[in-house]
Amino acid sequence: MDTSSVAEQEAIPISKPDAIEEAAARRRARQRRERVIEGGLFLAALTSVATTVTIIAVLLSESIGFFKTVPLLDFFTDTLWTPLFANPHYGILPLLAGTLVTSAVGLLVAIPLGTVAAIYLSEFSSSRLREIMKPTLELLGAVPTVVYGYFALLVVTPALQRVWPDLPVFNMLGPGIVIGIMIMPFVISLSEDAMRAVPMVLREGSYAMGATRLQTAWRVVVPAATSGLVAAYVLGISRAVGETMVVAIAAGQNPNLTWNPLEPAATITAYIVQVALGDLPHGSIGYQSIFAAGLVLALMTFAFNILGHVLRKRFREVY
Amino acid sequence: MSTPSLPHSTPSIARRKFAEALFKIVGLGSLTVAVGTLALLFGALLYQGVGQIDWQFLMSYPSRHAAQAGILPAWVGSTLIMLVTAVVGIPLGVAAAIYLEEYARKTWMTELIEVTVTNLAGVPSIIYGLLALGLFVYILGLGESILVAGLTLALLILPVVIVTTREAIRAIPVEIREAAYGLGATKWQTVSHHVLPYSAAGILTGIILALSRAIGETAPIVTIGALTFIAFLPPAPFTTQPPYISFDWLLSPFTIMPIQMFGWVSRPGEDFAGNAAAAGVLLVGMTLTMNGLAIYLRYRMRKQVSW
Repeated sequence: MDTSSVAEQEAIPISKPDAIEEAAARRRARQRRERVIEGGLFLAALTSVATTVTIIAVLLSESIGFFKTVPLLDFFTDTLWTPLFANPHYGILPLLAGTLVTSAVGLLVAIPLGTVAAIYLSEFSSSRLREIMKPTLELLGAVPTVVYGYFALLVVTPALQRVWPDLPVFNMLGPGIVIGIMIMPFVISLSEDAMRAVPMVLREGSYAMGATRLQTAWRVVVPAATSGLVAAYVLGISRAVGETMVVAIAAGQNPNLTWNPLEPAATITAYIVQVALGDLPHGSIGYQSIFAAGLVLALMTFAFNILGHVLRKRFREVY
Repeated sequence: MSTPSLPHSTPSIARRKFAEALFKIVGLGSLTVAVGTLALLFGALLYQGVGQIDWQFLMSYPSRHAAQAGILPAWVGSTLIMLVTAVVGIPLGVAAAIYLEEYARKTWMTELIEVTVTNLAGVPSIIYGLLALGLFVYILGLGESILVAGLTLALLILPVVIVTTREAIRAIPVEIREAAYGLGATKWQTVSHHVLPYSAAGILTGIILALSRAIGETAPIVTIGALTFIAFLPPAPFTTQPPYISFDWLLSPFTIMPIQMFGWVSRPGEDFAGNAAAAGVLLVGMTLTMNGLAIYLRYRMRKQVSW
């Protein structure tokens, strides 16, 4: 602030009446206080940088210990993940497969249904319905994930077992579907935002050409909102990949390299939970392995998040 | 495009109208699936759980017998952890938001802070658990305590608090600030006397949303090593001896409601499913109440504010 220069000028004179001296001292005190406050606020803002750096540092430092024992090549090519067995194998592929299969099932539910629902909400519904649906979707997004885990294990899987009697109690299909239902409000909300951001004139132009609402929605609004929609999907993927409690409860605890959603399999997150629930000594390879698994997870979600945000920025800048 | 002749165009229009009507049904159907499935699931939860909830359930310790098991340590733990989270997370988040909105100049540092806030919002919660396990539990040696859980959740809600507070502050018109400066107020005086009080409702909304997220978080707390079976309460914060106040509870082991529910869900056998459902009803009830309150506050604000 430029008031500081004024204060310095007033501080220089050698002899001055007490009152002025006092006023100057008060001002200096006030400026000091202002600077201290700004410094404090800056430090608070720095917490987010510190958190990010610490996350990376903790994941890397514990993983380095892990990768001293386990060669990177084994980590990415071994098809077994049995760190706690007498004859340990450390191949991340089974956990990665579990994560990808449950996420894929979730996305197969969330993306088509979510997109159609978002188109309906943005282009067809009355504003009253929209006013009710938006907060409702927000509410649904706030339900604790452990509750969704309960649904997956005790409601959805038993329902699926009526269709496939052979379906095991722990499987990837049930939790995958529940993940899909869980991220759907998020996908709908972001997709709807993207479509609402498409300027009205584009729709009006299309209507003037004689297009119906549906044609306008599919051929004008959706293409114009593509990057925003893709961003919504990508951020949805990132959520599905990082989802923990649903899969930890309902997908099973055994790493299993399979692409069949009807089988049980552990995901990266489920493995971390499983190890954390046990009693592993600090510094053991099992303890380090959850950080290595966490590092893989963090890198995946970082990548998806960055991609998502770049895309979101792009659709904002177009208009 | 060829000019459509009349007999040709009539069925085409009919077809388009049909497609439109069909899509409306499909769209409404998807929306119903999104909301209706969940309504159905909550119905199932309520059906299974609500009968279990009574005074005894709220005031009992966990037990090997489903009928006697209760959630006393869980809700006490949740409450204490929320206290730590709120005391740490809210001032930090609000202060950071004030800095970013009111003070920050466009520098690479500001840019870096903004990027990290956005990024942290998307980090899976279990990663915060690993951070807490590595940093708080082992490097700082704080153990699997209420303090660690509270700090972990404080970091977790930080992005939410920052983003919602910034939105609330940004809604205050710049003229308010200019008027304050014009009367000779300093920056902090402007912020503390005008910007913050006027945006208080918006900030409160954000805080409620953030705490409601924290109260349901399970994965990071499981990761730091919380137990699912705790049959005692943390030491009381008040003592009979001077200085009458004790912070021993901060370092006490604990359990929380979602973890208690997780423990019951993963127990084999039908017995504990009812307990899990009851805990679920309470959890969902709590988060929905908090969120509903926040949404209502925001709605009221939008109606009233007339800058």
